[in-house]
Amino acid sequence: MSKTLPDLITETAYQKEPRHIYTVSEITKDIKIILENTFGEVWVEGEVSGFSRIPTGTAFFNLKDSASLLKCVLFPSYAASIKFEIKDGMSLVCFGRMSIYEKEGKYQLYVQQIEPKGIGSLQLALEQLKQKLEKEGLFSPRHKRPIPYLPDRIGIVTSISGAAIEDILRVLERRFKDVHIIINPVRVQGEGAKEEIAQAIKDFNLYNQQLMRDQQIKVLIVGRGGGSIEDLWAFNEEEVARAIYNSKIPVISAVGHERDFTIADLVADFRASTPSVAAEMVLPKKEDLKERLNDFNQRLKRAFLDIAIDYQQTIDNSAYRLNLATQHIIALDTNQFNAIRNKLILFNPLNIILQHKDKIINLVRQSHLRIEYFIKIKDAQFSKAIEKLNSLSPLNILSRGYSITFKMPTEEILKDIRSVKLGDKIKTRLHKGEILSEVKDVGMGS
Amino acid sequence: MAEIKFEEALKKLEKIVEDLEKGDLTLDEALKRYQEGIELSRICSQRLESAKKKIDILVKNKKGEFELKPLDEVKTEQ
Repeated sequence: MSKTLPDLITETAYQKEPRHIYTVSEITKDIKIILENTFGEVWVEGEVSGFSRIPTGTAFFNLKDSASLLKCVLFPSYAASIKFEIKDGMSLVCFGRMSIYEKEGKYQLYVQQIEPKGIGSLQLALEQLKQKLEKEGLFSPRHKRPIPYLPDRIGIVTSISGAAIEDILRVLERRFKDVHIIINPVRVQGEGAKEEIAQAIKDFNLYNQQLMRDQQIKVLIVGRGGGSIEDLWAFNEEEVARAIYNSKIPVISAVGHERDFTIADLVADFRASTPSVAAEMVLPKKEDLKERLNDFNQRLKRAFLDIAIDYQQTIDNSAYRLNLATQHIIALDTNQFNAIRNKLILFNPLNIILQHKDKIINLVRQSHLRIEYFIKIKDAQFSKAIEKLNSLSPLNILSRGYSITFKMPTEEILKDIRSVKLGDKIKTRLHKGEILSEVKDVGMGS
Repeated sequence: MAEIKFEEALKKLEKIVEDLEKGDLTLDEALKRYQEGIELSRICSQRLESAKKKIDILVKNKKGEFELKPLDEVKTEQ
């Protein structure tokens, strides 16, 4: 091979045409026109690499596939409409204008719109925000506060003309009404919705700080009626999520229908599938309350009765035990008493008296015996004496012929004649019989 | 007692029932709770029948102060 291909081309151009020399700018401009006219606005698909953003907000990245690489530029005016974050390695479908950056001679895609490949861009944005907030702990169950039971003041963040407020008020009509509902009306979709929703939540918290504790709003319902994913989008915004997270008042999210799941639902302390469900949660049915009240009533009575019966049994039991104890004490005391009484009996003065009485009786008996003996002796002596006496009796002397004369009527024994005078009666006792006489004469005798 | 809120009365009643069900009260205390419970239960039933709703709109005025306006008023203004 004698000549290379470039040599041939150069030769031909060089020989056939008169020489035309472009300036760099001219040729670049021409290329730009050809490029723009040929492609205009196109969709290009590829994998992101080298993504970077400069402080003005303009982003640069490459789209590439296994063989080629296309430089891309994303200006801030377009970037604002892209909800998700672009990261290296993502598969994107970019829409834009093919053109040339003349200063650097770079052809590139001026991106106006981006969609993640295989998934909607909102979906991707949602996923990304979810991951981010999850990492920060905004969905953590630890942060979730309990929804108060029967809150008497309820704050509602929703549109005043929307379906949500109608649903909530309709539920209220059917329910126990001892409640004060305060609505903070907001736009729930379109421009400014996320800011208004977030601000309304903040305002309720500010307002609460000015209220006495028992006047405070106990729970917030934040939501709206059903709609497309775009309609519900405000509830997927970071600003709203953070407002819910930072709310001191527990928040029930109530966005759209059962199937709709938003970031607000994940951050909220409780997710109600619809606004009606949220209202039903905090506004109980009158019948339910009645039933509850009845239940309390019955339990109250039963519990009190149980305690009363328990006490009665305790008292009965105590009385029984008291009885037992008393009997025991009495038995003990009786034993002691008996012991003491026995001791006492031992030292009973009566016994001593009885003993002494016995002695006395003995002594008396003995003395009786002695006296009898003595009397017998004396008797004998007396008989002897009588016999002796008899032998000495004047009457015995009388038997020998002596007599005794008594003065009458005194029966005084006469021993001296001077005791009688003439005419006195005298009695003379002979050994046998008596003679009554009258004194006839008195004389001194010899 | 007449000013007590429904949910407060119900909560108190529940507490009293639970206290009584624990059963470790003196008879005097139990009787006191029981009477209190009966009174609360009466108040609750009364409240159930006579409850009234109130719906307001939270409004921030130009000074940034919060005010409550009845919903009906706001609706007629619009």
